[in-house]
Amino acid sequence: MRDEAFGALAYHHGNRRLVFLKSRELVILVRSLDAYENVDEAIASTLPQALRDQYVKALSSLASSEIIHER
Amino acid sequence: MSSETLEKEEADSENGDVEELLVEEVSIDGLCGVY
Amino acid sequence: MSADSLRDRFERGLSSPICLTWELTYACNLACTHCLSSSGRRDPRELSTSEAKSLIDEIAAMQIFYINIGGGEPMIRRDFFELIEHAVAQRVGVKFSTNGTRIDEAAARRLAGIDYLDAQISIDGVDAATSDRVRGAGSYDQARRAMDNLKAADFGPFKISVVMTRESVEQLDRFEELAAHYGAELRLTRLRPSGRGADVWEALHPTLAQNRSLYQWLLERPNVLTGDSFFHLSALGSPLEGLNLCGAGRVVCLIDPVGEVYACPFVIHEEFRAGNVRDGGFGSVWTTSELFGSLREPGSPGACSSCGSYDACRGGCMAAKFFTGLEMGDPDPECVFGHGEAALAAKKVSIRPTPSPDHSRRIPVAVRSR
Repeated sequence: MRDEAFGALAYHHGNRRLVFLKSRELVILVRSLDAYENVDEAIASTLPQALRDQYVKALSSLASSEIIHER
Repeated sequence: MSSETLEKEEADSENGDVEELLVEEVSIDGLCGVY
Repeated sequence: MSADSLRDRFERGLSSPICLTWELTYACNLACTHCLSSSGRRDPRELSTSEAKSLIDEIAAMQIFYINIGGGEPMIRRDFFELIEHAVAQRVGVKFSTNGTRIDEAAARRLAGIDYLDAQISIDGVDAATSDRVRGAGSYDQARRAMDNLKAADFGPFKISVVMTRESVEQLDRFEELAAHYGAELRLTRLRPSGRGADVWEALHPTLAQNRSLYQWLLERPNVLTGDSFFHLSALGSPLEGLNLCGAGRVVCLIDPVGEVYACPFVIHEEFRAGNVRDGGFGSVWTTSELFGSLREPGSPGACSSCGSYDACRGGCMAAKFFTGLEMGDPDPECVFGHGEAALAAKKVSIRPTPSPDHSRRIPVAVRSR
C-alpha cells in the first residue's frame, strides 16, 4: 500500500486488484488494525460513532479484495 | 472484474445524510499504455 | 463531501506511476511485421546491468507496483534473470512479454521458481499459418513449445497475448480454447500504427464490423484481459472492463533500452519523449517533464465535442491519431461512428510522422530452434 495525497493505493499481485482508499482516516485505520483486538475496537478508538457503518463497509470491501484479512 | 466505481450516494432516510463509498477498485490490467 | 473517482484521479496524473513498461533491449531474434518498437538490432548505448539495477532500485523506492518488461526480446539480454530477480526481491512485481524462443525446459523451471512474476507469450494467430505471416516461419511452433514448457514446469497461469488484426480477430473462439487448454489467460490488445505497425496498419487493422463483433465478444467475457486497449470501443455501449482511460504520462509510461522515457510504448517518437533516466534518474523525469505536465491537464474534446459518447471514449488513442497523421483533437482513426475515417478522408495532404528510432534489421531473419 502506498500513500497518496488523497488516501492510498493498494495493489494485490495475486488477484491483480488495484484498490483506491479514498480517505486519510481510512488509511490510518487500516495501518492501525494490528494494534487492536478487533475491528469494532479499532473503529471505536479512532472514529466517531456516526461514521462507524461507513468504515465497517469500507473494511469489508478491503477484505473481499484480500487487501486485509482476518487474523 | 469491473471498475466498482463510483460514488454511489445512498440517502440516509433518517437524517438526510449521504454516505459514499470509501473504497474503489479496478483490475490492474485496466490501464492503457502498457504492453 | 464527495471524493474524486479513481478515473478522475488518474486523469490528472499521480506523483508516481502505477506501473510502467520497460523495454530492456532493441535486440530481437524475430522481425514481426507490426513491431511497435521497430526492434531487431541491439543499440550499443543500452543501459548496463548496473544502470538497470539502479533504475530498479529507484522504481522500488517510488513504490511503483510492477514493471512490464519487453523489448525487442528481453530474454536475449544476458542479465535478464539477474534483473527480474533484483526487482522481485524488492517486491516490485514483474510481468514480461516474450516470443517464447528462449523458454526451454530449464528456463521454464527457473521462471516457475520466481514469485511476483507473470509471463506473456505473444502469438498473432491461432495456428502457424496465420501467426507466422506476422512473426516469421517457425515462430508459432516455438511459442507453443514455450507454453508446453511453462505448463510442464508448473509455472501457473501465464498469459497468451494476441494483437487484434483483421485476421486474428476472426479466431477469437479458438484463442479462448487455446488459453483454456493451458490453463492460461487470454490477453487481446489493439494494433496501433506504431513502429513497424505504421507500415501494416491500413491493411491489418480490424474493420468497423470486426470491431463491433470484438466489442460484443469482450463484453461477454470480462475475464479476457485487454490492457484497457479497446476503450475506444466503449462508445458502442456499456463500458468494457478497465478504467477506459489513456494512462500515458499520467499513471504509466515507457522506459526504452537506452534510458529514454516516452509517454507510452506506442509513441516512441521525439514528440512524446519526456527525458532520459541518465539525466538525473527516472523520478525527476516523471515529476518535472513538461510533456507529462501537459498530458495531465484536462484534455479538450476538439472535434469530438458534439458527440454524445465522448465521455466513454475520451476521443480514443493519441498514438493511433498521431501516426495516422491526425491531430490530437481529431477523432480516433477507428472511431466506432466512422468520424475518424471521415477525418482522414478530409485531409487533403496526409503527413504521417515517421516512427523513430528504428532498430529494424535490414536483412531477413531466419527463425532457428534453440
